[in-house]
Amino acid sequence: MARIIVDDVHCKGCGLCVSACPKGVLALDGDRITPKGYHPAKLVDPDNCIGCSSCFITCPDVAITVVR
Amino acid sequence: MSDNTQAAEGRVLMKGNEVLAEAAMRAGCRFFFGYPITPQTELAAYMAKKLPQIGGTFLQAESEIAAINMVYGAAAAGARVMTSSSSPGVSLKGEGVSYMAGADVPGVIVNVERGGPGLGGIQPSQSDYFQATRALGHGDFYMPVLAPSTVQEMADLIYLAFDLADEYRTPAMILADGMIGQMMEPVLLPPARDPESLPAKPWATSGHRGERAHNVVNSLYLSPEKLEDTNRERFARYEEMRARHQRQELMLCDDAEIVLVAFGAASRIARTAVRDARAKGIKAGLLRPITLWPFPTKAIDEVVGAGAKRFLSVELNMGQMVEDVRLAVNGRADVSFYGRTGGVLPTPEEVLGQIERLATGEERLTAGEMSNGSARATVMGSVLPQPTDRKSSYERGE
Amino acid sequence: MAQPDSGTVTLPDYQQERIGSQIAEGEVIKSARPHALSDVVFNYCPGCTHGIVNHLVAECIDELGIEGRTVGIAPVGCSVMCYDFFNCDMIEAAHGRAPAVATGVKRVHPDNIVFSYQGDGDLASIGTAETVHAATRGEKITVIFINNAIYGMTGGQMAPTSLPNQVTQTSPYGRDVSAAGYPVRISELLATLDGVAYVERVTCDSRQHIVQAKRAIKKAFQNQIDGIGYSLVEVVSTCPTNWGMTPQDSFQWLRDNMLPYYPLGVYKDVIADGFANAAEAALARATDCPIAQQQKED
Repeated sequence: MARIIVDDVHCKGCGLCVSACPKGVLALDGDRITPKGYHPAKLVDPDNCIGCSSCFITCPDVAITVVR
Repeated sequence: MSDNTQAAEGRVLMKGNEVLAEAAMRAGCRFFFGYPITPQTELAAYMAKKLPQIGGTFLQAESEIAAINMVYGAAAAGARVMTSSSSPGVSLKGEGVSYMAGADVPGVIVNVERGGPGLGGIQPSQSDYFQATRALGHGDFYMPVLAPSTVQEMADLIYLAFDLADEYRTPAMILADGMIGQMMEPVLLPPARDPESLPAKPWATSGHRGERAHNVVNSLYLSPEKLEDTNRERFARYEEMRARHQRQELMLCDDAEIVLVAFGAASRIARTAVRDARAKGIKAGLLRPITLWPFPTKAIDEVVGAGAKRFLSVELNMGQMVEDVRLAVNGRADVSFYGRTGGVLPTPEEVLGQIERLATGEERLTAGEMSNGSARATVMGSVLPQPTDRKSSYERGE
Repeated sequence: MAQPDSGTVTLPDYQQERIGSQIAEGEVIKSARPHALSDVVFNYCPGCTHGIVNHLVAECIDELGIEGRTVGIAPVGCSVMCYDFFNCDMIEAAHGRAPAVATGVKRVHPDNIVFSYQGDGDLASIGTAETVHAATRGEKITVIFINNAIYGMTGGQMAPTSLPNQVTQTSPYGRDVSAAGYPVRISELLATLDGVAYVERVTCDSRQHIVQAKRAIKKAFQNQIDGIGYSLVEVVSTCPTNWGMTPQDSFQWLRDNMLPYYPLGVYKDVIADGFANAAEAALARATDCPIAQQQKED
């Protein structure tokens, strides 16, 4: 069981993590706005996150922490 | 005196450019970055030979621009470092010098001037006075500019330049010319200092070793308020330099009615002309700025206060320092200019002719007054010996 | 990928409260922000690949354990403020002059690890002379070169590496090679120089390519630690904002147009060629030149 934590301070909602995720478990959270004014990334399908870190590697703002 | 000073009388006969190099190393400079250009070549050649022998680095850069940026990097890393060039090359260094000023990074730049503009010529000139004291690079800044007039002063002033640069965290310039650079005179070299013994630079980007927060050497401030604060802080340091570091030599100024103002090579000619004028009974004197920035305004005040009625700025250019003389005199006396340019040196007779022209109608000294011993040079705030007593400040224990 | 074999991954101090408080007991951190990065938010646009490369550089510094003796040189361009992003000592250089500044730093402290981080305008246009000469001198520095074929910070002007017919603010009808000339292939150019130990061109459009890019960057730092010679990694990058595309589309444009013009690969690697360092490789290249073969007496 793995998951990601997004640091709202750094996330700019570019969505590169969403496209990089091989399991399609990420999305931009349209319901939330970060202090900088972006919709941050969110793990929408926690059961299927495999903790591969593709999102972490691709994130241009180094906003993701992967735990399991 | 350290073991490194010469034995016995201690004087050696050396070329001005080589003395700059030798004295820089003695001041603790271990890094030189430069690019070949006449007439400063001997300086770089001397460094190339000697620096590796004392564990230093000489590097011939691909350009003047690269050289000054290597200076910036080495200085940011905490080293005493210098570059040297001549007028056209110094123009190229302007960018780097501005960044050094903006990032508060110390370093020494030598300009052995030649004639300009453009490629100009290779004979002595003082036509970079404006560039040195006003506009070497963009932005709101000054730097100390020291102007040697003897080979001894080449040694004394570059030593001082390194200290001023470090103390005020600023680039500092030696503004010499091809004449002093190429000339040989006896010189007493300053004692050698171990670079390790110099004051620490806690701001340097030398690797934090896990012992402090990271240091940043930078001149970028996107906040206008922050940039203004930074510039104001730097100008407070400039004010301190203006208060503490004006240097000049006064010769025969106590009773002078006509005061020549000249620096570097021009001052040597002016000195002779002043003596010749005195021999003719004209009350002439010489004010020789040693610091071109800060300009010796206090000495001008003093000379005006003592009764000087006319100033004559004698320069190897079309009239640059004369503007500073006018600003300092501020209407209290007449200011005129005489200069030759393009590498042409005026003769003492030419300058004497100018003095005589100014003196027309002025009261002249009698022969009796001339012989009363008042004709003696005085040195104010100078690291230099009096011309009649050529001992270096080190020898005199200052 | 962060610290894969180096044991426990930990959060940097500034994330302890913000992120650490969200980690449950029993959960283990697999990937976290490298310690060599500060908490300053990158000033890059959303989706800009500069951030990916900044991340890789910081990871390499962490993994090699060199932060305390590393000095980075920031350029002028979009990454001008990277002196605030890295926790090692940093110097901001004038436009294009980073290799000269790096030279000064490295000559004063040869044991320090000195890297410059430069874009295409900085490295391949205004700073070409400094780049070529630092390389040919064999300065033992590490250069990270971001090639995104445009001037990003000033708003999208033609770069030395802009592709033929590429539309930019200053090539509004497309780069006309008959007037503006051809793009500069820096990796190919520098690989011809004797002082160069290692040049590789990588990109960062996919996980696989980013992993490859990191391997190259780490090698470029390791070469410096080992005193091998000048090392440069060119990262073919994107500029979604000035290319006028989404970050995702810009990756596709990179694959379609950039990579055919700037092929990925190793352009020089003296170690792989069987030499101990760049100096040895240079010597081997000049076997017929007696003066070049003269051995210096120490």
